[in-house]
Amino acid sequence: MEDFKPVLLEAVGVPNGHTLASYLARGGYAPLKRLLTEKKPADVVELVKASGLRGRGGAGFSTGLKWTFLPKDHTGPIYLCINADESEPGTFNNRILMEDDPHQVIEGIILSAFATRASTAYIYLRYEYPRSWDRLQAAIDEAYAGGYLGPNIQGSGFSLDIYLHRGAAAYICGEETGLIESLEGKRAWPRIKPPFPAVEGLFKQPTVVNNIETMACVAQIARRGVEWFRSIGVPADPKNPRDPGSYGPKLYCLSGHVEKPGCYEAPLGITVRELVDRFGGGVWKGRRAKAAIPGGISMGLLTEAEFDTPLDFSGPSKVGCLGLGTAAVVVLDETVSMIDFLHNSCRFFAHESCGQCTPCREGTSWSLRMLERIKQGKGRLVDLDLLLEIGNTMGMMPGSTICGLADGAAWPIKNAIKKFHGEFADFIRRTNPDGWMVTEPVPALAILGSHASERLHERKKQNTSRF
Amino acid sequence: MPTVIVDGKDIQIGADERLNCIEAARRAGAEIPHYCWHPGLSVVASCRMCLIETGSRDAATGKVSMMPKLVPACQTPAKDGTVIVTASDLVKDSRARVEEALLIDHPIDCPICDKAGECLLQDYHFEHGQSERRADIHPFTSRRRDVGPTVTLFVDRCIMCTRCVRFAREVAGTSELMVINRGATEEIDVFPGFPLENKLAGNVVDLCPVGALGDKDFLYQQRVWFLKREANVCGGCAAGCSIHTEHNQDTIYRLKPRENPHVNQWWICDEGRYGWHHVHDPSRVLEAGRRLDAHSRAATAADASGFNAVEWADVVTRLRSDLKTASPAAGRLAVAVSPMLTVEEAWMLCAIAKSIDPQAYLAVGFVPRSEADETFPGGFTIRAEKCPNRLGVEAVIALFDHPGHTWTDLLEHVQAGHADAAWITAGYPTAPPHSPWIDTATAAAFEGLKCLVVQDLFDSPLFALATWRLPAAGFAERAGTWVNIAMRAQSFKQAIRPPAGVWPEGRLYWNMLGRLGLYDPTAVRRQIAESSASLAALAGDMPATGVDLRIHQLVSADSIHTKATPSHS
Repeated sequence: MEDFKPVLLEAVGVPNGHTLASYLARGGYAPLKRLLTEKKPADVVELVKASGLRGRGGAGFSTGLKWTFLPKDHTGPIYLCINADESEPGTFNNRILMEDDPHQVIEGIILSAFATRASTAYIYLRYEYPRSWDRLQAAIDEAYAGGYLGPNIQGSGFSLDIYLHRGAAAYICGEETGLIESLEGKRAWPRIKPPFPAVEGLFKQPTVVNNIETMACVAQIARRGVEWFRSIGVPADPKNPRDPGSYGPKLYCLSGHVEKPGCYEAPLGITVRELVDRFGGGVWKGRRAKAAIPGGISMGLLTEAEFDTPLDFSGPSKVGCLGLGTAAVVVLDETVSMIDFLHNSCRFFAHESCGQCTPCREGTSWSLRMLERIKQGKGRLVDLDLLLEIGNTMGMMPGSTICGLADGAAWPIKNAIKKFHGEFADFIRRTNPDGWMVTEPVPALAILGSHASERLHERKKQNTSRF
Repeated sequence: MPTVIVDGKDIQIGADERLNCIEAARRAGAEIPHYCWHPGLSVVASCRMCLIETGSRDAATGKVSMMPKLVPACQTPAKDGTVIVTASDLVKDSRARVEEALLIDHPIDCPICDKAGECLLQDYHFEHGQSERRADIHPFTSRRRDVGPTVTLFVDRCIMCTRCVRFAREVAGTSELMVINRGATEEIDVFPGFPLENKLAGNVVDLCPVGALGDKDFLYQQRVWFLKREANVCGGCAAGCSIHTEHNQDTIYRLKPRENPHVNQWWICDEGRYGWHHVHDPSRVLEAGRRLDAHSRAATAADASGFNAVEWADVVTRLRSDLKTASPAAGRLAVAVSPMLTVEEAWMLCAIAKSIDPQAYLAVGFVPRSEADETFPGGFTIRAEKCPNRLGVEAVIALFDHPGHTWTDLLEHVQAGHADAAWITAGYPTAPPHSPWIDTATAAAFEGLKCLVVQDLFDSPLFALATWRLPAAGFAERAGTWVNIAMRAQSFKQAIRPPAGVWPEGRLYWNMLGRLGLYDPTAVRRQIAESSASLAALAGDMPATGVDLRIHQLVSADSIHTKATPSHS
């Protein structure tokens, strides 16, 4: 741990690290030619499978296993989609990779396309990353010029085209089937599964959707080998046969109330406390931490007492969080009001809910309106029960929605209210001394500060007639 | 045979049937509520009202293993061993919560909503919802958005099932409707300048499970619980779509499609949907009349067009004698049997004609046509032939006379001077301001006849030449059988009574044939079936979806063959 050297972030700080020349000088693209000419696609799949690489996009599904779900005897095209629609609040590891070392990503894409027998790859880039767009496109052009993309790559007979697609800034486009719909030019409403994308995805063809960081990991596995990758991280729990372990380096996005926020590379399994103290320089202004988000807002909330939780794929779920997610750690110091935190979280999800499934569409907006009312000093204790009920019943896990956005919206609600129930109850009693015990429905606020509900309110006022 | 277990009951389904859990549960009598699913549209599984518990039963051990979470019934196929639980506490709670969520932003303006009484949101809320509101009370909002010439959208009532959007995309193929915004601010809208304007647009109103989409033609005309519905057949074109005529006190208020997998599935076109207004047009012919002649009694004054009103009882006797007097020689009577008539009416008309003149010239009446059939991406077809029963009338004429005479043949026949008397039945829905179905030049062919009987809904140049002016019945006032372009015969009852003073054709012909009692189309239909091999399929009780005359012909030919074989051997 002490002697861990960044691998994925090797190019950070290197002058012109994003150029092909720099990447070649660091040994890049060397394993590519060897693997493409000497190995078969199935060998590369086996290599990645053996490394125990789990997808870095959030769900942590085994990458090699995902590739094996593709039909074996498919005659049409197979597509590889790279998910760079990095919209989880607090997450920016893909951006660092795309801006500072795009060739590492491209090498990973080429290898993954070779393994999945895809001849077309799409990078779905979030709109708000203009520099990533420039750097990636420049790198793709360089790779074409250098013979790493296009027909017959490095004389291996394998051909690949990469298209860079820029989204229009919607959180839901990061959901893999929402991404596919958006790529097809449709409204990004996630698809019902089955069929899974590996069977019927983009343009009704078998499709693999992988994260940018996963691609970088594939490139590093090809260069440094399976043994190296498996030497890092947390091995599988021998008592749990279903635990595939958490191997490899991981990019942690540390932000919030720390002295030195940033994207740090560490072996999987580092604890929140270690991350904050060693990399983040401690909580800012000499204050104490109150809580932290373990991996993007949709994963839930850790209290300060739970900061020793290891940030591997199974760690956060042991303390009531959804999972590791994108490993975006946001630290909240002792001055933060949990009501504000939850309001912000609910506002985000109410704004980003695609609106397809009733429980998510209405649940996210209902919870936002309740939080708004609580914030305005009109809360009732029964609201907390309602919020918990909404949190417990919306999402893929209870089966009430198509995609996982609602789970992501539910987890902060559940965690915040369970772990900070006293603070919520005190706040409500203090700010609403006359009405905190009311259980009858109360008139809604016509409000106030919230993007979503402000717009909602304005739209309700206007009558539209156009023909 | 695959077995599905619905709430503990074993239900057999067909081996090649592809049912989802909603359909399979329905076989067992368990209704799974749903909004977004419709059998004619793609599955989106987004309303989450149909969430159920499922599992599978192991064929060998009989052990049932359940899925750990709820699944949408619309999206889950029912296969052999599928276990469906439609009413567990988990399922009921989930339904109550979906209902609650849908009502958070709903204006709950049922007292002023046209859909009240046939609204799924209402019905499901009473059945599956919870009695108390837990969400905040919102100020009442009601925004109307004009999405097209025939359809209006009550934006706040919408529950975002997207049936209308999918219909416009998948069945009409015009994709005018879309979803705008995101999350709870989502709304249905059209692109500015591209209103919902296709020939199937009215179906989105039927599809809407709540009162969001309103039909401007029906809006605020009648509360739905006053409406009575009669299974009927659309007379707008040769497709013969199955419809429900919804009426109250002999007034039609709207037509709705009636599901018929053999004809129109779930849809009808707007031409048919709004094609009932002529029935209540004030300019209809409402009286039987005979042109003033020497025999007329001075007491009855002629009206502006020169006709004396004649009592129906007199029509029955005098019409026959008039025609007989005018065409004393055989073969001098020409009859146009309108393709708007039912098979029964056509048969009785032919029988009357042949009893007056055994060699009467029988022809199919004028067949209105548009340019070409129009087929939509979803498979629905609007036929170019704008009458419902040409094939039925042709089949009937073939029982009496040389078949194949058309309206043009009849015109030539009369023009060549082969007729002394003619009986023209029409009944085309050409209410003013539409031009009459026949122009003055064509009508001139009938000049100089000794007796011309014209039976029609609206005034036409023929009446200027007519000796007899008889009213016809509108489509909903008829009873009988129509044969559509695919040879499917569909029987229907009279939905509304005709205006006072009008006898539908069937009643007149029944009385002219001297038959007793009220006109009974079923008796006539049975009689036709007995006398004809081609129409033998009409003998039994007619199913609601009709019978295919072609299939029955094949079967009967086959059965004749098998019967004949032993006698030869």
